[in-house]
Amino acid sequence: MPYRAEKPERRLSSNDLRARIPGWGADLDPKDRPAVPKERFDPGATGARWDFPERQEEKWPRERSIEHQFLTPVFGTSAPPKGLSGAMRKYSYKKYSEGRAAHWLLLLAADRVDAWESHLRSFASLRPDNPITETGVRSEFTHRGLSSRFGRKRADVNHEWLDPIIVGAPWAAAAAIAAVAFRALARRRA
Amino acid sequence: MRAMVYRGPYKVRVEEKDIPPIEHPNDAIVRVTHAAICGSDLHLYHGMMPDTRVGMTFGHEFIGVVEEVGPSVQNLKRGDRVMVPFNVYCGSCYFCARGLYSNCHNVNPNATAVGAIYGYSHTCGGYDGGQAEFVRVPFADVGPSIMPEWMDPEDALLLTDALATGYFGAQLGDIVEGDTVVVFGAGPVGLFAAKSSWLMGAGRVIVIDHLDYRLEKARTFAHAETYNFAEYNDIVVQMKKITDYLGADVAIDAVGAEADGNFTQHVTAAKFKLQGGSPVALNWAIDSVRKGGTISVMGAYGPMFSAVKFGDALNKGLTLRMNQCPVKRQWPRLFEHIKNGYLKPSDIITHRIPLEHIAEGYHIFSAKLDDCIKPVIVPDAS
Ligand SMILES: [Zn+2]
Ligand SMILES: [Zn+2]
Repeated sequence: MPYRAEKPERRLSSNDLRARIPGWGADLDPKDRPAVPKERFDPGATGARWDFPERQEEKWPRERSIEHQFLTPVFGTSAPPKGLSGAMRKYSYKKYSEGRAAHWLLLLAADRVDAWESHLRSFASLRPDNPITETGVRSEFTHRGLSSRFGRKRADVNHEWLDPIIVGAPWAAAAAIAAVAFRALARRRA
Repeated sequence: MRAMVYRGPYKVRVEEKDIPPIEHPNDAIVRVTHAAICGSDLHLYHGMMPDTRVGMTFGHEFIGVVEEVGPSVQNLKRGDRVMVPFNVYCGSCYFCARGLYSNCHNVNPNATAVGAIYGYSHTCGGYDGGQAEFVRVPFADVGPSIMPEWMDPEDALLLTDALATGYFGAQLGDIVEGDTVVVFGAGPVGLFAAKSSWLMGAGRVIVIDHLDYRLEKARTFAHAETYNFAEYNDIVVQMKKITDYLGADVAIDAVGAEADGNFTQHVTAAKFKLQGGSPVALNWAIDSVRKGGTISVMGAYGPMFSAVKFGDALNKGLTLRMNQCPVKRQWPRLFEHIKNGYLKPSDIITHRIPLEHIAEGYHIFSAKLDDCIKPVIVPDAS
């Protein structure tokens, strides 16, 4: 106990543990641990044969953190910015450093805008978004949705009721707005 | 090719996409044979990570076969079976030269505070990931390794992140012989951290979670002593009671941004994204460790601020150590441990899901249905 100098007695000695647990103590010596020391100057260890890598071609003005001196020689090309969300993202990268909350909050807001832009665009395509198949909720019926959750003391069940609201409420709101707009339009025609 | 595509929070589907081209002379294109869904993919899936764009393919845990190499690639050729660490890195910058592969400065234009990760939002570089038939692998001479003949492919898959990260987390704890180690979170990384703590000489390993089936795994797979925090009014007091009121020597946070257990923190962070993640587990770690102890953090947190109990950490004189795992640094030693039978990583895999059913895979894992611990995605199963 902490009120006296000595460490509390251990229940199992190192020899007990070595007998019971495969590999116990194999890396007892920090020298055997591969990330010790944390930093070790050894540029030859990586397989790189360049001092500064050749540069990847920039096919569109690639957004970058203003904390970088220049565009890094290699970068991802997954989803170029487009639409309103793209404009928000480019603004956030151009204006704010990573130290500013505005940078991240603007990017998160752009993510929400992106999702809605993409949903709307999908309705004009041959493959509209489908909240049933794309959320995978069918697995609730095939993979023990109820018995996995209840009577098991899970802490997350306390807030899971929020999930359908967070997922469903914007869709319900969009449907309501569409219905109101449709009715207004119909009334004007009549 | 067929690829998983993000459609917005909680929504993913499989789409037809172009096979990725070589964009840089040291790129390779890899045909994926096994991929996995990771707990940290759920932060993307839940819309918590800034600049996660619709159309992106997730997946930073994958292995496969080299399909094509760029003109400057020397170490790999078509047909090689490779395992790819989740970090994208150049091998030559200030950080890579010092072994900090997860902190590479030459591959992520979108941020300087984090390196690049396959399929992990534009904050981590905007690279498409491996939950697809093909994936672009930059710096093919640096990142991937040819899979040893004797290695089980599913073991290799878990080496690309979960096992390497868990083992790295135990290293960050600076464990000395006989230390009491408490691991928060019994997901894949927590299970591997618990198991690795023994290799480093822990005297006692305790695992905390709220899912009984994961705690069962922590007992059988990782020989740990376990506590379900949902059964205790105050898990911190319980930790003090079982450690003679001293506290653990080392606490490992293997939970990260989605931490449950405190409604307000969870809702502001995981639901409304106003924090870089719910720091419930991290705060429990800070409170449960002894004065002068060490906290190791490998749970993934976003770039935004989080309400962490920094004052307690200061007043207790704690050492806080954290990073993303530099995966390839761990491999030679972990290969030995697997060969010696000390570690059998694929024992934690519970679900094998065809790529076409990935939406169900994400839901099962995210909602923790069907006692899911680790789901693996098989692109050519259908
Ligand atoms: Zn992972
Ligand atoms: Zn680098």
